[in-house]
Amino acid sequence: MKYLVTIMIAVIFFGHVNAQKKMAVIPAGKYQPFFVTKSDKPLQVNTFKMDETAVTNLEYLEFVKTNPQWRRSKVNRLFADTNYLKYWDGDLTIGEANKNLYNSPVVYVSWFAAQAYSKWKNKKLPTVAEWEFAANAAPKNIKYKSLTDYVLDWYSKPNPPHLPNVKSTYQNVYGVYDMHGLIWEWTSNFNSFIGSSDSRGNSEADLKNFCAGGAINVGDKTDYASFLRYSFRGSLKGNYCIANLGFRCSKDLN
Amino acid sequence: MLLFCLFFFSCKTNPGNTSSENNIDTVITGTVTAELTHAPNVPKPLAYTSPKKVIVQLETIEKVMQIADSTQYTFWTFGGAVPGQFIRVRQGDLVDFTLKNAADSKNSHSIDLHAVIGPGGGADATSTAPGQSTHFQFRALHPGLYVYHCATGPVPLHIANGMYGLILVEPQGGLPKVDREYYLMQGDFYTKGKYEAKGLQDFDEEKAIAENPDYVLFNGRVRSTTGPNALPAKVGETVRLFVGNGGPNLVSSFHPIGQLFTKVYMEGGSKINTDVQTTLIPAGGAVIAEMKMQVPEVINLVDHSIFRAFHKGAVAQIKVTGNENPSIFQKIRK
Repeated sequence: MKYLVTIMIAVIFFGHVNAQKKMAVIPAGKYQPFFVTKSDKPLQVNTFKMDETAVTNLEYLEFVKTNPQWRRSKVNRLFADTNYLKYWDGDLTIGEANKNLYNSPVVYVSWFAAQAYSKWKNKKLPTVAEWEFAANAAPKNIKYKSLTDYVLDWYSKPNPPHLPNVKSTYQNVYGVYDMHGLIWEWTSNFNSFIGSSDSRGNSEADLKNFCAGGAINVGDKTDYASFLRYSFRGSLKGNYCIANLGFRCSKDLN
Repeated sequence: MLLFCLFFFSCKTNPGNTSSENNIDTVITGTVTAELTHAPNVPKPLAYTSPKKVIVQLETIEKVMQIADSTQYTFWTFGGAVPGQFIRVRQGDLVDFTLKNAADSKNSHSIDLHAVIGPGGGADATSTAPGQSTHFQFRALHPGLYVYHCATGPVPLHIANGMYGLILVEPQGGLPKVDREYYLMQGDFYTKGKYEAKGLQDFDEEKAIAENPDYVLFNGRVRSTTGPNALPAKVGETVRLFVGNGGPNLVSSFHPIGQLFTKVYMEGGSKINTDVQTTLIPAGGAVIAEMKMQVPEVINLVDHSIFRAFHKGAVAQIKVTGNENPSIFQKIRK
């Protein structure tokens, strides 16, 4: 009997921590950065794997259980601001009131936290190029006229009172869910494209990325959805924890 | 050398054409918190006489509001309304500015105040993520009425969604006293549906690029300031209008039907013109215009590019009550 219980516990435990999150294979391709100069060539994106969905609250709970330094009361303010996991009940409880959020993306997490989580999973955060390349793929299970319109529509709506669960928007042809329409997502090099916070660029150094009127060096001036995304990333700092900002992990193929 | 000569020469020949820059060595004494008002209201004239440190806190808020009686639009705002809250400071003041972005905002925002001399008019210092805030200080060097707006990319979209307002820098000693002051701001809007099409309407990028708006509005809503919401005034009073144009595209030919402007601070600056029928307000510009109320009437304030008033909503009203003044106007009955 004792033996059986041990096995059961082992199975539950083993099953739990090893419930591998499904990853989709994103095929290699080229990504044209949003901010370009004549000399810029499209970036080569190698084949990589990407989490099917954003990291959920339940998944993140496992992380803080095994990594005490990332619990809300213990976290270093340099790595996560005072909003870190602010909607959770406590260090190790998401809370009864948040029951419908267990399978929603974890939000109010910093870039440092997302990096640490990814490392713990033996994964990494996708680069901007990887993320954008994967996100530009066409939806396969919804009707839509233009992806840009779909995305703009989401960007123009204030946050819902309760963040929906993962897989609640659409799956794209690579098999990943909710690349648009659920949350903003951290990328490993989120601020590398943005030199200035003023999108019209005032200093000479910023002219490569920005110019007066905001669009001279932009690849597609009418791609307001990408524009908003790059502006959002440009306003971030690594310790920011924000209501609609979460993450998913990626992994090199080999 | 030649440039220097030209400069010197032009200064000599136009002694009256100098800008009224403030001496920045003036000592700042005391701190006040700026009164912020929603249109059509204007903060009270400032009572202090020496430059202060003025605390201004503005919040960017994204919210669905009525653009017409049966039509809604997701506005992006400064302070929860279109136009944004009116800020009133005095020449020489040190403005301590905090921009907060509401926690439930979807997007990052910033602010470019045309009264600011410094990188991006403040935009460079205020790129603000949702739930965060940013902080900077500037010296109000030049008197005038200035537009502020969001400068986060894509700038045209942020402005088209309503992110603009006015900041008044009073000249030293303040503006002459008048009986009433009001705040109006024109803006053009681009929606998927036509003018007054029912329901929540999305932004239409193609129409915006073509500069073909469905709505040209004062204070962000059809009939914001007409009928029961008309601005009250009485015969004998002088009314001062602070009028901005947020654009993003159109230039306004601002005209009072049945009145004329006795005094116009041209382009919101220090030069005063008198007896003006229609004053031009550039996109990203403003004007201070005054009228003396002479007879009871409803004054329609319009963009005299008149199709905009007739078909796109560009009308505001002042309702003047009081005694008839037949020596100025009387209708002759047969």
